[in-house]
Amino acid sequence: MCTSIVEIVNAEGKGKGKDGWFALTKSVVSYDHPHFALLEEAITIDFVNHDHGPGARAAVELTLESAKALNGALNKAIKAAENEHAKRS
Amino acid sequence: MAYEGMIAETLSISGNNNELISAYSARPLGPGPFPGVVLIHHLPGWSEWYREATRRFAHHGYAAISHNLYHRVGEGDAEDVAAKARAEGGVADEEVLGDTEGAVQWMRAQPYHNGKVGVIGSCSGGRQAFLYACNTSSIDAVVELWGGRVVQAEDDRPEKQPTPPIDFTKDLSCPMLGLFGNEDRSPSAEQVDQHEAELKKHGKDYEFHRYDGAGHGFFYYHRPMYCIEQAMDGWEKIFGFFQKHLAE
Repeated sequence: MCTSIVEIVNAEGKGKGKDGWFALTKSVVSYDHPHFALLEEAITIDFVNHDHGPGARAAVELTLESAKALNGALNKAIKAAENEHAKRS
Repeated sequence: MAYEGMIAETLSISGNNNELISAYSARPLGPGPFPGVVLIHHLPGWSEWYREATRRFAHHGYAAISHNLYHRVGEGDAEDVAAKARAEGGVADEEVLGDTEGAVQWMRAQPYHNGKVGVIGSCSGGRQAFLYACNTSSIDAVVELWGGRVVQAEDDRPEKQPTPPIDFTKDLSCPMLGLFGNEDRSPSAEQVDQHEAELKKHGKDYEFHRYDGAGHGFFYYHRPMYCIEQAMDGWEKIFGFFQKHLAE
C-alpha cells in the first residue's frame, strides 16, 4: 500500500456483488490508488464478506469531494432515522 | 526475417517457508542464455499490467517472472484480491522477502538462465524491491519505481511493515536504479531526497531519475497518471540499466 489509510468496521446487512446479493461482514474504507476511477487516489469503500472469498465484494471508488458529500448524506439520513425511532418508542 | 517467439505461462514456485505460490513467467523461445528479471507487483495486485510488463521483458530478451504476493489472500479478480489484501493490512514484509527470494532462486535454477538476476517493482512493489535488495545477496541489480513508504512516518509502523526500508540502506547489496515523479505524494519529493541522501551517505552505487510533470505511476498507460514522454524515457533507462548489469 502506498498510503496505509484503511478503516474497517463491522457490517450487518446485504450487498450486491457480481454474483448477486450476499451477507456483509465488514465495511472497508480506504484512501489509496483506485482500480477504475480515473484518479490518482480515491476513497474506496468495499462492502465485503471475506468468508466467501475476495469476490464477495460491492465496491465504489469516489473522489474525496464525493466521499465528503456521501458522509454528509449518511449523517443526515442516520439522524432522521434516529428521530423516527425516537418517535415510535 | 528471423523467427521470433516467446512462451508465457502461469506456474507454481516455492515461496516463503517453501509454501507454493503462483507466478507468471515469460521468456523468449530458444536455449538462451537469458538474463533474469523478477517483477514485484504493485498495490493493485497481480494485475494485467504486470503480466504485460513480464512479457515486455521477454520481448527484450529476458527471462522474466512475476510472483503473486497475494497468493495466500485468495483467488479471484486481481482487484478483488487486492481489496482483500488491503483490508488485511497488506502483506508482511517478512513474507515478501521469502516469496521474492523464492522467485529469484527459481530463476537461477532454470537451464536457460545466464546467471544474473535483476528485481524490479513499482509502487508498493518498488518499496518491496528496495527492501529485498537490502536483505539479500542473491541479485545483481534492482530497479525501484516510485516506491511508496520507503520512508515511513513515525506513526506508520504497522505490524506487517514494522521497519521503514530506508533503515536498511547500508545493506543494499547491488546497483540500484530509481525512477520518480516530482509531483508524486507517495513518495514525495522530500522523501526521495531523504532516500537519496541515505544512499549517498553509505556510498551506494545508485542512479535516480526524477521527472518533472510526472506524479505517481506514470508508466500506467490505462491510468490518468500516464506520462508518455517520461514513461518512454524511463523504460529506456530500465533496459539500459539491466543491459549493463545483467546482460554484458
